Amino acid sequence: MSIYLNKDSKVIVQGITGGMGAKHTALMLDSGAQIVGGVNARKAGTTVTHKDHEGNDVTLPVFGTVEEAMKETGANVSVLFVPPAFTKAAAIEAIDAEMPLIVVITEGVPVQDTAEVWSYLQGKATRMIGPNCPGIITPGESLAGITPHTITGKGPVGLVSKSGTLTYQMMYELKDFGFSTAIGIGGDPIVGTTHIDALEAFEKDDETKVIVMIGEIGGDAEERAAAYIKENISKPVVGYVAGFTAPEGKTMGHAGAIVSGSAGTAQAKKEALEAAGVKVGKTPSETAALAREILQSL
Amino acid sequence: MDLMEYQAKKLFAKHGVAVTEGVVVETAEEARKAAEEIGFCVVKAQVKAGGRGKAGGVKLAKTADEAFEHASNILGMEIKGLKVNRVLITPATPPVEEYYFSFLLDRSNRQYLCIASVEGGVEIEEVAKTNPDAVKKIGIDPGTGVDEAKAREIATECGFPEPVFEQAVSMIQSLYTVFTEEDATLVEVNPLARLEGDKLEALDGKVSLDENASEVRHEDHEQFVIRDEEDPLEAKAKDKGLNYVKLDGQVGIIGNGAGLVMSTLDVVAYAGEAHGGVKPANFLDIGGGANAQVMADGLDVILNDEQVKSVFVNVFGGITACDEVAKGIVGALDILGNEATKPLVVRLDGNNVDLGRQILSEANHPLVTIVDTMDGGADKAAELANA
Repeated sequence: MSIYLNKDSKVIVQGITGGMGAKHTALMLDSGAQIVGGVNARKAGTTVTHKDHEGNDVTLPVFGTVEEAMKETGANVSVLFVPPAFTKAAAIEAIDAEMPLIVVITEGVPVQDTAEVWSYLQGKATRMIGPNCPGIITPGESLAGITPHTITGKGPVGLVSKSGTLTYQMMYELKDFGFSTAIGIGGDPIVGTTHIDALEAFEKDDETKVIVMIGEIGGDAEERAAAYIKENISKPVVGYVAGFTAPEGKTMGHAGAIVSGSAGTAQAKKEALEAAGVKVGKTPSETAALAREILQSL
Repeated sequence: MDLMEYQAKKLFAKHGVAVTEGVVVETAEEARKAAEEIGFCVVKAQVKAGGRGKAGGVKLAKTADEAFEHASNILGMEIKGLKVNRVLITPATPPVEEYYFSFLLDRSNRQYLCIASVEGGVEIEEVAKTNPDAVKKIGIDPGTGVDEAKAREIATECGFPEPVFEQAVSMIQSLYTVFTEEDATLVEVNPLARLEGDKLEALDGKVSLDENASEVRHEDHEQFVIRDEEDPLEAKAKDKGLNYVKLDGQVGIIGNGAGLVMSTLDVVAYAGEAHGGVKPANFLDIGGGANAQVMADGLDVILNDEQVKSVFVNVFGGITACDEVAKGIVGALDILGNEATKPLVVRLDGNNVDLGRQILSEANHPLVTIVDTMDGGADKAAELANA
């Protein structure tokens, strides 16, 4: 079991012929994921060739549209590596094609574009992860994104995080246990899949025994997640929040990571999570130690 | 990017919002000249901070001499730590009534939000506390936006009085155009004034622009970048395309990924408690690349920070393997040569970590200390900064 993504997931790549798209198509294939093709309207009818995880050549068709790609390959996941100026159109195309899951890796998408896509998505069949995220990995089964598949394997930990490298760091810290699914939801002010969505899915996933939730300063997503955990989550949750020492009013890399006034501070988030029964670490290593303690007692 | 009042007003005018742009000047003499043209005027400090009036940065001037005098006092003053380099000279038009109006990004509900009140303009925070019902919050669906019907609905809900109602409907649409056409995350008018003769006008404005959008589709937003307000190190980093924020501390930080770097700042601050209270000196995210040139550029910026006593390089090799990062560090030290003078603590983890550490060991650079963990690295860097 896992959430959102498994060994049967058939993945296409929108922007498969670009630099990032090509590089990560190769890495996703190397992870063992079923990558079945790509989309680029200007290169429709061509193919791209990469190696799979056993070193064999895999030739993937490039389609003109998402709809065509789905019809020909049965794809049910699309990963977007298209430049920020074209991300909105690419996402809307995938939504119109009723793609069940889209994973938007692209960094630098105008926030109003994301807001419009989110509005467009309402009532439609698509789930969106991202933008500005590392994507999702179900170790040993599939990868839709840029998370290194070599860090660790399958296991009982479910991870949801705003940040890419903190996801990797936490997977590394707990590599001897392994992960059911690790999902990076992205650091932008508006993202498609939230901490709460992932928590809900992990709660239902039999394989996930412990949930690790990583947040960072800005917004109120962690506070909302805390309220949700209190009411709905029975599994143990361990939390970490980055940005305790960040000054007010400065953007720290992620467009969403900005403290305004007293809202969105790491301290406020930590307190909200602790009030919901979540054990919160001060550092990644302390957080991993808290998770380790729970995992060893299972 | 936050705009100054005069920049916001420029965008208002561009999109048909009723506003008087006034004249921006950088010297008291220019202020006098502007006041001679305008007559009874207001001299307003231009800084990206609220509370300018309370800080003495907004003054009425009846004569050109008074404008000169006020401008002399205001130019050079500090408001919330920001030096005033410009004043706006604008006609004094005392409002009959003051309203508040804004459009902003509502992250929590993933849509836009209109916040408005016809009770009190400038003291909106006070109104929100004492009479919250007077502050209207109206959600806007980004898919449908604000057309005339929606603008009418907003104006009705807010209760704009009849004599200015139609002007309000029109202004709401124009302000929404500013919000969407310029890709703002905030468009605020405070006060939105009802002047004598029942004329509605934006007397002050605040606009924040989405930098992602400016990058993608608003080349003209470059005009709003004011370099003299920036920290020189931040300006240098920006020129090199680095994601750098200057802080007040002694331990320079380089890492990859915004979350990990933020986390590194925290860990260094905690470690600093045991080492004389040293703190992180900056945020610097070199991203996934981490090649020699990017590493050299980053080190160059950090080593030019006089406060910095040591540097902590904290990289998790994800997509970029640690051997590449290690080569980057060695290459960067070669590029910098004698300019690299402060101790570097390096922690690598992740892909090809053994190879990465081996490359650093073999290079055996006198300034470099290799550590195994993030916590250990933070402790070592803090210790060196306190030496």
